[in-house]
Amino acid sequence: MALKVQSPKLSFWERIYVAEVFRGLGVTLKHLAKNTVQQDAMPTYQYPEEKKPLAVRHRSRHRLTVRENGAPKCVACMCCETACPAHCIHIVAEESDEVWIEKRAKIFEIDLLRCVFCGYCVEACPEDAIRMDTDEVVLVGERREDFIVDREFLMRGQGEEWKQGRPAEGPSPRQGEIEAPPATPSDDEGWEAGAPRTPIKIPAGWRTPSKEV
Amino acid sequence: MPPAAELAISAGRAVLVWGLQLSMIPLMIWFERKVSAYIADRTGPNRANVLGIRMAGFIHNIADVLKLLMKEDITPAGVHRFYFLIAPFIAMMISLMTFAVVPFADTLQIGDHAIRMQALNLNVGILWVFAIASFGVFGIIFAGYGANNKYSILGGLRASAQMISYELSLSLSIIGLIMMFGTLDLNAIAQQQGEFWGPTLQLGFLTLGLPKWGFIIQPVGAILFMTAVIAETNRNPFDLPEAESEIVGYHVEYSSVKFALFFMAEYVNILVASAVTVTLFFGGWQVPFVPTESLITHANTVVLVLLAKIAILSILLILPARKWHRTLQRLYTDKRKHEANFWTAVLGLQALACLGGLAFFAASPLDGTGSSVAAAVIQFLTFCGKLTFFGFAFVWVRWTLPRFRYDQLMGLGWKGMLPLAIANLFITAILVLLFDL
Repeated sequence: MALKVQSPKLSFWERIYVAEVFRGLGVTLKHLAKNTVQQDAMPTYQYPEEKKPLAVRHRSRHRLTVRENGAPKCVACMCCETACPAHCIHIVAEESDEVWIEKRAKIFEIDLLRCVFCGYCVEACPEDAIRMDTDEVVLVGERREDFIVDREFLMRGQGEEWKQGRPAEGPSPRQGEIEAPPATPSDDEGWEAGAPRTPIKIPAGWRTPSKEV
Repeated sequence: MPPAAELAISAGRAVLVWGLQLSMIPLMIWFERKVSAYIADRTGPNRANVLGIRMAGFIHNIADVLKLLMKEDITPAGVHRFYFLIAPFIAMMISLMTFAVVPFADTLQIGDHAIRMQALNLNVGILWVFAIASFGVFGIIFAGYGANNKYSILGGLRASAQMISYELSLSLSIIGLIMMFGTLDLNAIAQQQGEFWGPTLQLGFLTLGLPKWGFIIQPVGAILFMTAVIAETNRNPFDLPEAESEIVGYHVEYSSVKFALFFMAEYVNILVASAVTVTLFFGGWQVPFVPTESLITHANTVVLVLLAKIAILSILLILPARKWHRTLQRLYTDKRKHEANFWTAVLGLQALACLGGLAFFAASPLDGTGSSVAAAVIQFLTFCGKLTFFGFAFVWVRWTLPRFRYDQLMGLGWKGMLPLAIANLFITAILVLLFDL
């Protein structure tokens, strides 16, 4: 059965258009005048200069978090590479120098053109070594190779530097600012200088669960 | 007058009219962008700049022209070459020709020479407008047919059907007016609109009263004419020939300069429509409440008042101009930062120039020829102002009303406007007979 759409009943003045046309012209003129006088009130973001705050849960370009000594937290467990649905992460592991870390990434590459920004790598990471919170959503390169980024690129500008692209003014897009990186044990801990080599004592709670970050 | 001078004057008028039309096109495009943006709560163009001067997006026109000139001019395989090539030129030429009969000032008396302020002096001016304007449909049909593309031909067919339908109401809607004015000469029509109905009150150079403007003596005719003229120029809400969201119209296969010609022709058409509307219904070059004679007699006073007004306005505009440019200034790191200062300087200089002019005209008042020329210039500026307003109104209407469906369009044209125009014609005829208006 065909659906019968009820048209609204128009009054005489509405049916001869003219009065309603002038009413409509009045509405648009009001907008025109308002926007001419109060340009600040317009909702437009002046994009390159003024960036729209990103959502709290947004996923932007990845970064590799670092320990206090500047080494990446990544232990080359391959969880992210396994979890990645786009196969955009490429890791080659090598043995770590640090005593209580078994492996580290020799090569850690992400093909940003392949990445679908699903965030599975972040969820998969047991070490909180990869995050997607650089706020960089506009990725620019001249060639495709430019988008295959390596470990150094992903670690670059840690600390506060990676936030510099953000506008200085306006509320921060994040609800709670990220606190200082969680305390990670220094190399000296459980390792007295000059003391004879003892079996490594893993300090309690050295692995910070990522949900507490 | 020697023939050489006659020739020079004719050439000068033609150049003036063409220059007026062509220089109004960027203004129309700017209206289309900026006004539409503000109506829709957007900011509109505000990027392109020359040395940091953006003129509220006006500079985008330069970018447009450069883009259109540099684009590849494609002639698709399979087009009917002759029609395809000739169509944009027809469209543009017809649009430019129509304007020729529109008077832009009262007849200028210099000594015993009368110079008519029309590019083309015809005593059947309004017929010329309709005759030439109806040729405009050829450009569209040729474009639609010549492009050998079904969307183009759909657009072309819609355009021709629409223009032919609305031409009837268009012509009929002004016959009442012509009966009341008793002439087809556009300049005479404009002159008669300087008269007043009923008692008048003389106040310095102002004559207060009810002027015999077309829309006052023929309100129904005015509304019908303005509606039909929007349909004639293929603008929203009657822009079915183009209908960019549906069929993209008759110029879908055109690129580069040929497309630019269609684009310009559309805006020239709007200007012609505005000019004819102004001349028939809104007093043409008549300065409101200042008839030509009193304008010439009081030319010096009027000039002084105008210059003082412009000076005050410029000074008053400085603050808003600074405020507007301050809005986003904090974000800019380039030369755009200094635009507010530029506008302050421009407006300040304008005010200074007006004050200089004020001093000059106060010291050496206009007389004889000078006041006639001043009156003509003021009337020309008034005409330009009215033209600009109606050009703006076309954009305003476009961004207010939704597009008609094709059957609604035809229904409105044939069943609504045509009977109304005929009724208006009969009633006017009876009234003219009875009361000898």
